[in-house]
Formats: sequence, structure tokens, C-alpha cells
Amino acid sequence: MNETLVIIGNGPAAMRCLESLLEREPDRYRILVFSAEPHPAYNRILLSSVLAAEKAPEHIVTHDWDWFERNRIEFFPGTRIDFINREHGEIRCQDGRVFAYDRLVIATGSSPIMLDLPGSDLDGIYGFRDLDDVDALAREAESGEHAIVIGGGLLGLEAAAGLRLRGIDVTVVHLCDWLMEQQLDPRAGEMLQRVMEDRGIRFMLSARTCAYLEGVQPGRVGGIRLADGRELHADLVVVAVGIRPAAGLARAAGLECNRGILTNDAMQTSDPDIFAVGECVEHRGRSYGLVAPLFEMARTCAANLAVIGEVPELPAAYEGSLVSARLKVSGVDLFSAGIVQDGPEHEVITLVDENLGIYKKLLVKDGKLVGVLLYGDAFDASWYFQLLADETPIGPMRDKLIFGAAFVNGEGETHGAALSLPDEAEVCGCNGVCKGAIMGAIAAKGLQSLEEVRAHTKASASCGGCTPQVEELLALALGPAAPKQPSEKPVCACTEMGHDQVREEIAANEFASVEQAMAVLGWKNPEGCARCRPAINYYLLCRQPGRYRDDPASRFVNERVHANIQKDGTFSVIPRMFGGITSAKELRALADVVDKFAIPTVKVTGGQRIDLLGVRKEDLPLVWKDLNDAGMVSGHAYGKAVRTVKTCVGSEWCRFGVGDSTALGVRLERELWGSWTPHKVKLAVSGCPRNCAEATIKDIGVVAVESGWEIHVGGNGGTKVRATELLTKVKTADEVMDIVFAFLQLYREEARYGERTAGWLMRVGLEFAKERVVTDRVSRELLCERFRESQAVSRSDPWSSETGLPAQAPESFVPLETPEPLIV
Amino acid sequence: MSAFMSSAPRWQVVGHIDQIPLRGARVVQTPLGNIALFRAAVDRVYALEDRCPHRGGPLSEGLVHNGRVTCPLHQYVIELDTGEAVYPDEGCVTTYPVRLEEGRIEIDLTGSRQTEPSPSGCAV
Repeated sequence: MNETLVIIGNGPAAMRCLESLLEREPDRYRILVFSAEPHPAYNRILLSSVLAAEKAPEHIVTHDWDWFERNRIEFFPGTRIDFINREHGEIRCQDGRVFAYDRLVIATGSSPIMLDLPGSDLDGIYGFRDLDDVDALAREAESGEHAIVIGGGLLGLEAAAGLRLRGIDVTVVHLCDWLMEQQLDPRAGEMLQRVMEDRGIRFMLSARTCAYLEGVQPGRVGGIRLADGRELHADLVVVAVGIRPAAGLARAAGLECNRGILTNDAMQTSDPDIFAVGECVEHRGRSYGLVAPLFEMARTCAANLAVIGEVPELPAAYEGSLVSARLKVSGVDLFSAGIVQDGPEHEVITLVDENLGIYKKLLVKDGKLVGVLLYGDAFDASWYFQLLADETPIGPMRDKLIFGAAFVNGEGETHGAALSLPDEAEVCGCNGVCKGAIMGAIAAKGLQSLEEVRAHTKASASCGGCTPQVEELLALALGPAAPKQPSEKPVCACTEMGHDQVREEIAANEFASVEQAMAVLGWKNPEGCARCRPAINYYLLCRQPGRYRDDPASRFVNERVHANIQKDGTFSVIPRMFGGITSAKELRALADVVDKFAIPTVKVTGGQRIDLLGVRKEDLPLVWKDLNDAGMVSGHAYGKAVRTVKTCVGSEWCRFGVGDSTALGVRLERELWGSWTPHKVKLAVSGCPRNCAEATIKDIGVVAVESGWEIHVGGNGGTKVRATELLTKVKTADEVMDIVFAFLQLYREEARYGERTAGWLMRVGLEFAKERVVTDRVSRELLCERFRESQAVSRSDPWSSETGLPAQAPESFVPLETPEPLIV
Repeated sequence: MSAFMSSAPRWQVVGHIDQIPLRGARVVQTPLGNIALFRAAVDRVYALEDRCPHRGGPLSEGLVHNGRVTCPLHQYVIELDTGEAVYPDEGCVTTYPVRLEEGRIEIDLTGSRQTEPSPSGCAV
């Protein structure tokens, strides 16, 4: 018989604890979940969005009824627990039913503090804490004209903004001199107040409410009275002055409580069989009302529940959290963490732009950041927070710190824009994933890493260009709980090994096949996956040119059929035009295949050649044959391979040209084509520094100058533009060839599969390449030699019949011919 | 679930196993649309509707590994045996019974199967 685990509460902390436990020990416990609310589990943090009518209640459900059923959890919604009998190990429901437990988790959350004032029993006074509150407020907003929100803190302002969006007048009555005094200083509080006033919300500060007044309708609130005697009219009143840990149940059961339920670092209460997580907890003297710490507690609790009784000591420990706050009112960008009010012991760095509505304040003590307040521009929130959490000495960057990460890192990176985006803004352009979907998936599915976000949402799973934004969103969602990425990530889920390690093993062992490599290197899935198979195939091919037999089953379809798959399953075919030079004969052959195979689209590419789009798979071998007969070869426009060498006309025609860029471009492409590389490689040659071939955003860019040729490397014109860095300058075209060979071979041997030259050089540094390719002559010659050796067997056209890879048997391009017509 | 599930299977020959490369696929055209035949192992063939549940990509062009195929368009991973998308991807593909008779591949078009819709999965 399984042990029984009872969980009281179904808020975010309880649900995260459950999920984490199910991941570890899905079968250990019979699990019962009790919730006083009649709803499935929902994301309380998004209540303000529901009130603002930006989201429907069903959109904030995180675990529906089916989830409980699928996970065989007995769920008791609308069932309040009114007693814990620790002596018998039982809980009693309000309806009298009794359930036994072996372990108990209390996750009762918090209750809004309702002011104990004269008239507090009148109707029309609400908290702002759960779906029922929101539901009631939304209904009141339909008939009421004026609402008073008592409390100008985070929750009160969110309630006020939501009610205002529902179309009623709102006045916020706040006890302190400025808004959000816990998180803001007076200046930021004023700026916030102005923005909220622009939206039609009124404020009464330094105002103490001393009574609720009865309105025209008997028994119903009609306004409030302030301590100075003023009376304010209202059709409804929302009280948002704070929350209090809901510790009553635990206290009645004799568990040690202070303001909240006291727990140790293992999240155990004074009764070792009873755990507590979430807002009801008081841990090391602190209670938390923000999601990140609650999740940390939940994970700790789950880890301990998974092994309790089986190990002498509970393994997981929660050590408290550094918290940050972010106001969830759309259009207001506000972040604060650490210490907010500066004292004499602090150095204060501020930046104010009244016109743009930007105010940043950093507090520094003993050379470390201790407080961050960002208003109007919270782009760098996660970066500052990390500095704060890590207690990073800020000495070296002190003078630039206030300007943000981009400035400090000096990279001119566009940084952090994702944070201020509205939910519906598209973050991943490749897969059409908006910010809301990413944040929703992180919260609903408890995602912890970039990989998981990619798996669940596809965001940044394609071009990866939005990876920094997604990482930022992840950090924003997880706060300090965000795990740090290891320096080199595993190739994929099939292994723990990173790319560098796999390649070292391949160099040492010279495996004969992808499968053999996986078997020897302890792959978890014997046949790997779509990520690791192509990588290993490439490493083997690069290491053992001519000896290793390319594996079509490890090639992405494009590299298998030497054409580029399109969204409708047809293909595009791009023949090479060396250096962008073509001829009447080639153009005629192209025109002929277009007519012959009714190819719908003919497009001039950015790489100075011609793309035939919409070719049916069964026509591919025939199209190739005709092009091949006209002397054309594959452009590898689909592969992780050398693509094009773009050129300008150069000195042969151009009145400015100082070098024959066309001739050099043709020569380069003729020598380099057919080479497989870690990622695509694009080149360009310009005939003068006007650089019409745009060589300085290519992987390798050659630019003619009066005295010879400049060779630039590591540029990128795609997802993220990066200009090249100058590798070296040489005098002759022959020298260009040597340097390019050596550089390309170094990239082939050193970069990780899937890494462009730009990313690789940023990782290893230009000096590394300079040393191996330019300075060290012996190294350069060896690299060139290995490149030539590889090219000797690579420079063969995949389209030509002599190549004869098995996948290119023409019959494999057509559907199977069945002996008899198939019938249904 | 096919209405014909209860009737006896009707096996029809579609080709020979040697016509499909190991860890590769071939397409067969049927009155029910294109069906992809995957050769996941030396003697193991699966038949699935040649259409990814995500954006309709041709699964037959995907990479085959450990009894699964990765769609070439957006890397959805589909379980060849059940046609179900591998978590966290969602959705499923119709599968058809296949058997090997002395290397001949036989398919039963009357036995189409779609795994029971899961709440978040197939019922699109």
C-alpha cells in the first residue's frame, strides 16, 4: 500500500511542488489535493490581467481537471479543511469527512488583510486575491460608477488599473506619501503616479481610511471616511493593503508559527511529517509573496518528499531568496530589487530623463550593487539582478553601470527589448511564438531551461536569433531561480557530452559509423536523434576524409537530396554560378529546365545565382541531369557547406576597381566548393574598398586595396548582423588562397557543428585564428594540406551520376510502384 | 477509429523491403493519400500518413532514429509505432498495419488507427 500524501491548497506553490514530485517519484504516494476554491489550479499572478479583461479566466488555468485525472491525483475542489489531527495523522474537511495522511503539505497561501474599521461588514467591500474576487469586481464594475482602492502598493495599483480598464472611475487611497513605498523611492513613485493619472486614475496620498460609510442602499457601502474628516463616495471598495500568511490551520494544529508557519530549510514544519510551502510560510524570519521564491520552496519540498524515510537526512535545502518586484500593469515598465531607500552608507547612481519618463537608480555599497530601481526602461532588469544576486564587484564597470549591459560589455548589443514587450508581441519570428505564449508555457509547465522552452514552444528552436530574448524571458520568469547554463551544453538529450568532447573522442577513436560512435560513447538512445546524428556524421567526415563513408540517414533531407525542401514539400534547386558569373549556355539550360518541368518560380538569390523553386521531388534527378549536361553543378545552397562567393566586377570593368575581384572570386569558389563545414559558409570578394560585394558581413570577405588584398573573417549578414574582423593583409591572390584554405580548415576542425564563423570567433577570439593561420607558418601549411586532402575527395558534384550515393538512385525519388493498384 | 476495425484485414502488397533504405523512407500513393513507409530497422517497417500534424510537412523526408521520425520542416518528432507526437510536441498521425512476408511489404488500408485523442493532443 502506497503512503498517502495530502496537499492542502492548489495555488502555484502547491502545484509546482506536485509537478516536481511527480517527475521524481510518480508512484510513491497516493496523492490527495484539497482546495477551498471551487476552481481548477490557476495562475494567481495573472489575476490582474483577468480583471483588466486582457485574459479570460480559463486562460490562466494551469492545471485543469484532466491533469489531475491523468496523474491519478484525487482532487477535492471547494473543500475547506478545518482541522489537522496530528495525533491520528488525519485531516478533517468542513463537511465532516476525514482523510488519513502519512505526509502533509500545507500550501494555504495568504489572505488579504481586510481593515478592521467601522462598517467593514457592509456589502461591496472586496479583497483582490482570488478568482472569486475578480469575478465579483468585474460584475460590480458593470453597474458601479466609482471605485475606491485602498492601498497604493503593487496589488492595489494592479487592481486600480484593471478596474479603470473596465470603464469606471477609480480613486486610490494610500497611507504613505508615495506609491509602492516598499519598492520605489519618492521620485519613482511620483513618476508612476503621473502615468497612472494620465490613465484617469485619481490618487489621495498620506490618507488614512478610518471608516466605511453606508450608502443609499441599506447594508451596502457608499463611501469611506478619512482620518482628516473628508468623505469620499464609492460604489465599491477594494482593499489591497497587504497579505498575511494563512497560518490559522497550522496554528490550530499546534505547529510552531510566528506570522507564518515556521519551517526549516528542508521546508519541514515543527512536525517532521508536515511540510509547508508558499506564502503561508515563514522561513528564516521572512515570508514571500512573489512567485520565484515560492517555486524554489516547492522544488525543495518535492525533492525531500521524494526520499523522506529512505535517507538519513533530507537532501534539499532552501536558503531564502533575494526578491525583485515588477509591476504588472501593461505599458508601465518598472522593476525593483534589493534595497530601495538610500541611506548615508550608500553610493547612489541615478539617471533621469523626464521627457522619456526614464529613471534609474542604483545603490552601491562596499563596491557591490545592493539595490536596483528601474522605471520606464527595465531592459536590463535581469542583468542588474544577477549582479545583485551574485554580489559581483562592480569596480571595473562602475562608470558605465547605469547605462546598462550593452554599454558595459561594449558590444553594442541590442539588449533586453523582450522584457518590455506586450504579451502579444512576437518574440520568435521563425515559429510565430509571442511573448505571452512563452511566459505562459514557462509558468504553466514549470520550464527551467532554454532547451525546455524550445521544446515546448518552439521559440528560438529554429534560427536561434531570438535566443537572448528567450533567455531573458526565462530569467524574468524564474528570477534568481534561473539555473546557470554550463559552459558547454550537451549536444542533445542523448548524451551529457558537449560538442568539443565528442569531437575529441572521434579524433582519438576514428569510428567507422555514427552508430559505432554512439555505442562507444554511451549514447542514451542507440540511434541518437535529429540533432546529434548530423553532428557526429560531420565530425567523422571532417576527421577522416575519403575514409569515412557519409551516412545519408544522418543527413537532413536537403543534404540528402541536394535541394532545399519548401513548406509545401517541393524543393528548390540552385546550381552554382562560380563567382556570380554565368553564360548564355547556362541561362539557356536553366530556361529549358524551367519550361520542361513547369517550374513555377525563378528567383535571383542574394548570392548571385538563380533559384528554381517548386520542383517536385520526382523531377529532381531529371532536372539535375539536364543542368549537369550543361556543365552546371550543385550550389550546395541547402547545406552546411561552402555556399557562394559573391563578387563585384572589379578592375576588369569598374573604373574604381583596384583588384580583379571576379577572377579571384571564381578561383576561390572553384577551389572551395563541395566542402562540408560546421555551418554554412559565405564568401565575397570586393575589387576596392567601396566594397560593393559586401564582403565585410561574410564568413570570409576579401577586399582589394592598392597594395594587395585584405582578408576579413567572422561576419554575418543574417539573423544577427556582425561585421568582420580583419584577419590579415596579403600581396597576391595566391597568398589569399592559402590564408583562406587555412582559415576554412581551422573552422572546419575547431568550430562546433551548427556554429557559424561569427559565433565561433566570438567564442575563441580572433587572436586564436590569427596565430594558427597567419603568424604560425607551419600551422598554416599543415591546415592547407589537410584542406587540400579533404577537397581532393569532396569536390565532386552530388548531382553527377558518377557520385552515386545510394540515396540518389533515381527510383528513390518517386513513390513506390505497387504491383496492383491499391484499393480501399 | 476506422469503421472497418472489426472486419478482417485486407493485406495488399506495396513493394519490397529492399526498396527502402535503412533508417529511410519511401512514399506510396493510395486512395487515402500519400502514406510514408519507414524502415526503422533491418526488418521493421511502419506505415504512417505522410503528413506532420504540425504544419503538414512530409514525414517521409525526415530523419529516422530509435523508432521515431523528425519532421524536416520544424523538427516535430513522431513515434512511428503509434503515430503520436513525442512530448512535448502535440498531435498525432494516422498509422496503418504493415507486415513483412518474405521481404514483401504488405499494408492493410482498412485498419487505419489514430491513437485516442488526448485532451491536449489530437482533438484539433
